[in-house]
Amino acid sequence: MDIGLYIHVPFCLQKCRYCDFVSYPYNKDDARSYLQALEREMQYYARRLTPGRRVSTVFIGGGTPTVLETGDLTKLLENARRYFQWSEDAEVTVEANPGTINKHKLYMLHQMGVNRLSLGVQAYQSRLLNLLGRVHDYRQVLQGVSAARQVGFNNLNLDLIFGIPGQSLKDWQESLAMLADLQPEHLACYSLQLEEGTPLAAAVERGEVTPCREELELKMYNKLIDFLTARGYRHYEISNFSKPGCQCRHNLLYWHNGEYLGLGPAAHSHLDMQRWSNTASIRQYTGQVLKNVPPVTERHKLTKKDVMIETAFMGLRLLQGLDRNEFYRRFGQRITDVWPEEVKKLCHQGLLELTDTHLRLTGKGLRLANLVFREFV
Amino acid sequence: MAISQDRIRNFCIIAHIDHGKSTLADRLLEFTGTLTKREMQEQVLDTMELEKERGITIKMQAVRLIYKDKSGQEYMLNIIDTPGHVDFTYEVSRSLAACEGALLVVDASQGIEAQTLANVYLALEHDLEIIPVINKIDLPSAEPDRVKQEIEDVIGLDASDAVLASAKTGRGVEEILEQIVKKIPPPGGNDKNPLKALIFDSNYDSYKGVIPYIRVKEGTIKKGMQIRMMATGAQFEVTEVGIFRPAPTVVDELKAGQVGFIAASIKNVKECRVGDTITDAHRPADKPLPGYKKATPMVFCGLYPVENANYDSLRDALEKLSLNDASLVYEPETSDALGFGFRCGFLGLLHMEIIQERLEREYRLEIITTAPSVVYHVYTTGGGMVQVENPSKMPGAGEVERVEEPFVKATIMVPKDYVGAVMELCQNRRGIFKNMEYMGMTRVMLTYELPLAEIIFDFFDQLKSSTRGYASLDYEMSGYRETNLVKMDILVNNEPLDALSCITHRDKAYQRGRALVRKMRKLIPRHHFEIPIQAAIGNKIIARETVRALRKDVLAKCYGGDVTRKRKLLEKQKEGKKRMKQVGSVEVPQEAFMAVLSVDDDE
Repeated sequence: MDIGLYIHVPFCLQKCRYCDFVSYPYNKDDARSYLQALEREMQYYARRLTPGRRVSTVFIGGGTPTVLETGDLTKLLENARRYFQWSEDAEVTVEANPGTINKHKLYMLHQMGVNRLSLGVQAYQSRLLNLLGRVHDYRQVLQGVSAARQVGFNNLNLDLIFGIPGQSLKDWQESLAMLADLQPEHLACYSLQLEEGTPLAAAVERGEVTPCREELELKMYNKLIDFLTARGYRHYEISNFSKPGCQCRHNLLYWHNGEYLGLGPAAHSHLDMQRWSNTASIRQYTGQVLKNVPPVTERHKLTKKDVMIETAFMGLRLLQGLDRNEFYRRFGQRITDVWPEEVKKLCHQGLLELTDTHLRLTGKGLRLANLVFREFV
Repeated sequence: MAISQDRIRNFCIIAHIDHGKSTLADRLLEFTGTLTKREMQEQVLDTMELEKERGITIKMQAVRLIYKDKSGQEYMLNIIDTPGHVDFTYEVSRSLAACEGALLVVDASQGIEAQTLANVYLALEHDLEIIPVINKIDLPSAEPDRVKQEIEDVIGLDASDAVLASAKTGRGVEEILEQIVKKIPPPGGNDKNPLKALIFDSNYDSYKGVIPYIRVKEGTIKKGMQIRMMATGAQFEVTEVGIFRPAPTVVDELKAGQVGFIAASIKNVKECRVGDTITDAHRPADKPLPGYKKATPMVFCGLYPVENANYDSLRDALEKLSLNDASLVYEPETSDALGFGFRCGFLGLLHMEIIQERLEREYRLEIITTAPSVVYHVYTTGGGMVQVENPSKMPGAGEVERVEEPFVKATIMVPKDYVGAVMELCQNRRGIFKNMEYMGMTRVMLTYELPLAEIIFDFFDQLKSSTRGYASLDYEMSGYRETNLVKMDILVNNEPLDALSCITHRDKAYQRGRALVRKMRKLIPRHHFEIPIQAAIGNKIIARETVRALRKDVLAKCYGGDVTRKRKLLEKQKEGKKRMKQVGSVEVPQEAFMAVLSVDDDE
């Protein structure tokens, strides 16, 4: 089976105020030692990966991968290709912040085989971008998209956020309309989550900003679905939309509970009935890798039941739902036999529906997915 | 080691919680060489883990000491430990009945507290010789003269000979022992008379059965004797006679005046109740010792296993606990909301809390406790009377002619600055003012009649917080009175939640109903539908709140393959859910069932 390869680039120009992912302020020296360690980590796993396991999707995420200098980025991609065997039609995504790209950098990425670009746009209005602590404005988004098209990217994702404090339904509609006009192949639209420990959450805690009301957030979500489906996008996962044939294969791998290797600080892996995560500390990461020790903090073996649980709640995120036959083929048990009471109850509550081939969220279930998922853990 | 009857001294120690009773007992054991310092555990008389934590004595013990006085005479001293809490007044009275004297231990900075006073009065009723001991005089805040004055003013005891002591440093211990042998009279009784032995406590041993702790008043008890419990009529053969030094030690016999324990293969504590008289089955005494009373539970609550599957374990645990605790009663009960459980009766709130904690700690059971209730006397239009100890069992309003509820006479001691606060609290709790008396210059003793139901709802905590912890409380039952009571139901999603029904005074029903539904709204998590929460008297809704429907709850982001974190989040939610009870289609958290208890009416 092919696997996915995720590479975490833990640097940003400046951390966004809502973000709780692992990232450090960019500087050349740290980036150099990170890249050095990353290559060592690639070597480490390259030797240990079962021969013949090809990489069918690559995702360079962060942080902000594009804060790296063009030369460093191309080196990283070169290495990833050198140490792992990519399938011919591999999907190769790089995340980019519109404030950190130029035509030359994008050109080089495309040359190196990157065939999917994911731009963090988040909002159209400058006041909301400021509140979120984004380093770019919408003008840079336009420039970025146009440059990406010019250098040949034909699979473009834009990230958007709704439910931002102070964001009105009108703001949201405006953002959607502006972005849809750019005709990206893919849109990922997340509701803002106030993560503990982030400056934005602290500001809410202090009462400086008022969080978005649930009702409004729900309206925005409904608007999102109506608007994008009317524009020919297919709503294929809770937060993801694509033009036909342009679903994100790397993320599909997660949702199908497939296997992937994660490299870099705080990266997560799922391989050979195990899950593990790398240390978030960049010092610890480089230190351990250079000593040839895997920089892992948490590792656990999965039982069949674990895999079934994860397959269920990840798979239900997809609008088509869980393929019942596929589940049976994989585990030798029917999903309706593993969770008979839960499925019955949730169907009765109108949160799930059972078709001949699939088990899937209803429209209501889509909005209350946590109530559904927790029944399966 | 034959010590004649005239050189036996039986005494107990009366003290408020924290006034140093256990430490003093330790010092007496140490000074008399009953235990060496090395053998000494911290406070040997308090054995149960719970007692240590709460600093109160639940089960009494009786330890024998041998003391050689200054003139070289040997005396046999028996310390009979007494519980120090208002729930256990009857047990205290039985242990007092086993003594001829009492040490009154008063903290040199705190002075006399309400429970101490109540116990001193009890001791005086039993004609005990009282030796005042002013303890903790090593503390900088000690005011021994003021406390002496208080003892004289309030109790009317001569305190001029009061021992100034520090159980912590050992100061005054010898003088206490000297006063014990000089002032406390030896026990009466004749060891040739027919046997009369008072059971003042008991313990349970899984091999030997119930072990009664006894004070022989008349006659002699020895191994092989056939004995009879005069109140219950049960008969047994004595298999062992012993004393505590403080470890159980077998002896040949216990004679009139002596204190110890027996074993007689007694299976159930119900056959061997505290206060009963043991006599010789072949040569019975003509009448029992006075004062026997069957302990009656005053406070009831429902106990339910969190997991229905643990019902049998809960039943087994209650059975075991009641082997050792005659005042714990229980019977099966079913609740629509909580499933199968038990309605349990306790002597008081503390007793209830202790049992709950023991179930959770010693038996590792997770239980849901419903709000405690008193026993109401409900007179029906049909002319009968039913005792209602579970509010949900209250007959319908049409059948009720009148309801009576239990009242207590409460004695509250408080520094004079807090009198206003205490009076206000008692007023709010439907208290009837009886008396106010100054004790010395600074403290006041207030007497109120209060409904017991008001006392079990958070009264003690409120009293403590409104007096910065200075007030002390004692109460005794004073009978039933008719009051204007109504049954209030709580409806969740239009279904009555039987476990939350309560009986309340009509004047307070609206206020309480409002506070309760408001509290419930905060405790019940949002569901995918709207949940009305209502308080009702009969068919009339008196308060309503709504738990709004949950419209959106999604972990939106799926990032970098961190499935483990997501799963942990879901598991955490699920864990919270597990501790809830399904009521119709609503999941109700456990705290909700106790909500009635801590509802602040002003909320």
